[in-house]
Amino acid sequence: MTEHTTSPAVMRSKLGQARGLGAAGSGFHHWWSQRVTAFALVPLTIWFVWSCVHMIGMTRADVAHYMSNPLVAGLMIAMIAVTFHHQMLGFDVIIDDYVRDDAKVFTKLILKGINTLLGLVAVIAVLRIAFSG
Amino acid sequence: MRDTREALMVGRTSDGRAVRRPVSPHLQVYKLHMLMVLSGSHRITGMALSAGTVILLWFLIAAATSDAAYGWFTWVVGSPIGYLAMFGWTGSMWYHFCNGIRHLTWDFGVGFEVPELYRSGRAVLVGAAALTVLTWVGIFLAR
Repeated sequence: MTEHTTSPAVMRSKLGQARGLGAAGSGFHHWWSQRVTAFALVPLTIWFVWSCVHMIGMTRADVAHYMSNPLVAGLMIAMIAVTFHHQMLGFDVIIDDYVRDDAKVFTKLILKGINTLLGLVAVIAVLRIAFSG
Repeated sequence: MRDTREALMVGRTSDGRAVRRPVSPHLQVYKLHMLMVLSGSHRITGMALSAGTVILLWFLIAAATSDAAYGWFTWVVGSPIGYLAMFGWTGSMWYHFCNGIRHLTWDFGVGFEVPELYRSGRAVLVGAAALTVLTWVGIFLAR
């Protein structure tokens, strides 16, 4: 693999580009998902922090009323789904750095399970609040 | 006395054989500089934020459960420790947010010169501090 593309911005070999895979056989999807979720979290984070400040001092009934707005509930669920996805991608990267061999797969699966479950609980809680308000 | 750096000469070849060479990265050897602190902080704030999602989860579960559960949540968050956690959360949030945008700009292949890295790094610190202050102004006005 001596011949590479002439563009300095692209550092992958022609074969790698043609297959859409890196040297490890996969990985682009992980990298790309992390970027897409990061991009989505830019507006979602601004809205979420604004929303949290907005909810300060509210009673539980007020919170339920606020979240019964479909736009608010939808944005909250989107924020939760994208955040939990993005943080799992981050956990993957950290585990890749510090955990080896079989323990790596095990640690990732356990964390993925916990992460998915907590994300689901959060979404269901939002729905419950939204439908009660 | 033997050179204490010998303790770090514990590298391994790709087939797993032990070999006398330094392991990398070895923080004890490198002089601490701003760029590595910013890089490490991105990971640390990322982990802090995932701890913060547990507080979000508590808020949502409490609000979905009962007035008592919700009252207990607001009492804890309104306590000094709650304020400290919220300050850490907002600070981590805005740092990770700004440095994340810095990462996204790198994905376009720009800003890799050392002076540019320092400039964008300082911009991240200023941006994160400004957004954190803005958030807390909002919090004290809404209180």
